[in-house]
Amino acid sequence: MLRSHRRLASGLVSAAVLALGLSACGGDGGSGSDSTVTLTVDTFSTFGYEELFKQYEADHPGIKIKHRNVVQLDEYLPRLEQWIAAGSGAGDVVAIEEGILTKFMAHPDKFVNLLDYGAGSLQGNFLDWKWKQALTPDGKYLVGLGTDIGGLAMCYRTDLFKKAGLPTDRDKVGKLWPTWDDYIATGKKYAGAVKDSKFVDGSVNLYNTILAQAASQSVGYTFFDPSGKLVAGSNPAVKSAWDTTLKIQQAGLSAGLKSFEPSWGSGFKQAKFATIACPSWMLGVIKENAGAGAAGKWDVAAIPGGSGSRGGSFLAVPKQSKHAEQAAELAKYLTSVNSQIVAFKARNNLPSSPQALDDPAVKSFKNEYFSDAPVGEIYAAGAKAVKPLYLGADNNPVGQRFEDALLALEQGRLAPGAAWKKALADAEREAR
Amino acid sequence: MTISIGSRTGPRAAGPPGPPAPRRRARTVLARWDVKFSPYLFVSPYYLLFFLFGLFPMGYTVWVAMHDWELLGAHEFIGFENFRLVLADPQFWNSVRNTLAMFVIATVPQLLLALVLANALNQRMRARTLVRMGVLVPMITSIAAVAIVFSQLFSRDFGLVNWVLGWFGPEHLDWAARRWTSWLAISVMVDWRWTGYNALIYLAAMQSIPRDLYEAAAIDGASRARQFWTITLPMLRPTIIFTAIVSTIGGFQLFTEPLLFGNGDMAGGSLRQFQTVTMYMFENAFRRFDYGYASAVSWMLFMLILAGSLLNFAWLRRVGGGAK
Repeated sequence: MLRSHRRLASGLVSAAVLALGLSACGGDGGSGSDSTVTLTVDTFSTFGYEELFKQYEADHPGIKIKHRNVVQLDEYLPRLEQWIAAGSGAGDVVAIEEGILTKFMAHPDKFVNLLDYGAGSLQGNFLDWKWKQALTPDGKYLVGLGTDIGGLAMCYRTDLFKKAGLPTDRDKVGKLWPTWDDYIATGKKYAGAVKDSKFVDGSVNLYNTILAQAASQSVGYTFFDPSGKLVAGSNPAVKSAWDTTLKIQQAGLSAGLKSFEPSWGSGFKQAKFATIACPSWMLGVIKENAGAGAAGKWDVAAIPGGSGSRGGSFLAVPKQSKHAEQAAELAKYLTSVNSQIVAFKARNNLPSSPQALDDPAVKSFKNEYFSDAPVGEIYAAGAKAVKPLYLGADNNPVGQRFEDALLALEQGRLAPGAAWKKALADAEREAR
Repeated sequence: MTISIGSRTGPRAAGPPGPPAPRRRARTVLARWDVKFSPYLFVSPYYLLFFLFGLFPMGYTVWVAMHDWELLGAHEFIGFENFRLVLADPQFWNSVRNTLAMFVIATVPQLLLALVLANALNQRMRARTLVRMGVLVPMITSIAAVAIVFSQLFSRDFGLVNWVLGWFGPEHLDWAARRWTSWLAISVMVDWRWTGYNALIYLAAMQSIPRDLYEAAAIDGASRARQFWTITLPMLRPTIIFTAIVSTIGGFQLFTEPLLFGNGDMAGGSLRQFQTVTMYMFENAFRRFDYGYASAVSWMLFMLILAGSLLNFAWLRRVGGGAK
């Protein structure tokens, strides 16, 4: 009845649910009655594995797959970290986003060494840097197998471009902006012609993309150097990405929306912006948010500033799994060349395997929703040129502080100089 | 719960395997024990659960707070270092400031409004039960639903509130961007949810005030307003203290509304303009995975609530003290 009692009651309920959940997870090994083994797979966002799971179950009669998906990465990460730390609760195969992989690489013993399960022979199936990201420096312990990478492109709305008198053909659009300065110039033209929408969605998505691109083209790391030291203030890539974003903001081109917020979603629906930097995994996100009404209105062109990769994941088998051997087999299957092609067709998650990137099925793949854009060709072209990017263990919280500062700037609450200082000070706090 | 009663009273039913001769004495002893201890056994399930899920975590939190306790990695004992850091942490004091401000902005109008509402509901009217139950509707609405609806109402580009405001002047007001606007929006959310609940408590208390007091006052020529101020309000004093303390506890633990107002942003806005203490605690525990620090923050919150409730209590006692 009291508020505090209600809190207590809900606490009890959630504790009970948690206990049930834990016992359910613990019970997945309880398959002693028959020989069926249930493997739990934890993923976030969309991996495009639904078909593959069915196929695997059909090929392996003794295996059942339970898929647990959490849509938001921000929600998934803490859960995964807790499971791994607690030593129970995690699935038999878990997806690890590259941003958190560094943290887990400091504790490889929490996961099985996939080299012990014959993964060593698969090295040729992965881009070299992708393979090395999940390998300990001594090369003896492989924590995860690569799933996808986040090749970069720029998505744009053809209807809005037409309205602004800009070309709509994807090749011509790509030629409009070899550099980010050209992108800004195009944006100014757009802003001169169209008043009821902005050129780009917002600073947050833009900054993250430009940062990944600038960093991988130069020093190869972002806020932390490979020794784990915070270098946000001295890394030229961090500053140049900031400056570019600021220039776009100050030219009045940004709709000021923060990625993955509801208002960002309605921005898609209401056609409030004409372009958005889109790593390959973003295509599915755009389709989901913009909905059927915008089918055929979006298209994909080259990104200003050249190739880069933002995001991408791995599959790993936690040590706590009771079926490590079967789980490792499943992880190997899901990251195989063929599976990566299937996942690409399902969700446009760009393969991390050079063979898959070269596969005609990927290269010739056209995305109907995006005006039949040859997304396979667009993304695969830059993918093999991508250089690895090192992300520190506290990359996520530090990145969020930079996003916050950019937002405060966009809201007119901070001056540029103060925002930069604040971002750096807050980054220090996060890295403490 | 029933299981634990059963198992605890089990030995009594079975009886200790004493010698058969003094059976009657054993029985009287048992009967005495029954009278003495059974009441404790009957209330024990609550206390067992409270110990398990309330007291033990509280004590354990102290232990955790004295460590550099990262989720993955070592747990190093550092004494009161975390508390020292919290006290010197501007982000912590920022969250305290936000929490206190939203507590005042939300609670004062809420309790006043609840009082007025209760007084109105106490009058004779048609469909009285329906109206009285009606004020509880916001209470039974899922808090997440409330927060989602309100954050859409207050959204910058497509919000209803901005649409209405747009007729008078300011356009596209970004409610989340500024301290005051975000506090206001969140307080409206809180009040929407809790005013009816408090009104109902006041109403129940009002109905327990003897009718003859009012009749006597009416005969003496006291107006309705006068009756309210000199009879209703003083008689409600214990209830008001109760609601004030419960609101203090709830207000200091404000979490869901600001969290959902910021669309799940644990930092509470770009400049932490609406991050509450609980959000800050949560951020340290589940974003920074610094459990030791988060535990220290939670203990500071506990102290704050304690101090707030005591202050409230003392103040309301004094204010209402001379009335009777």
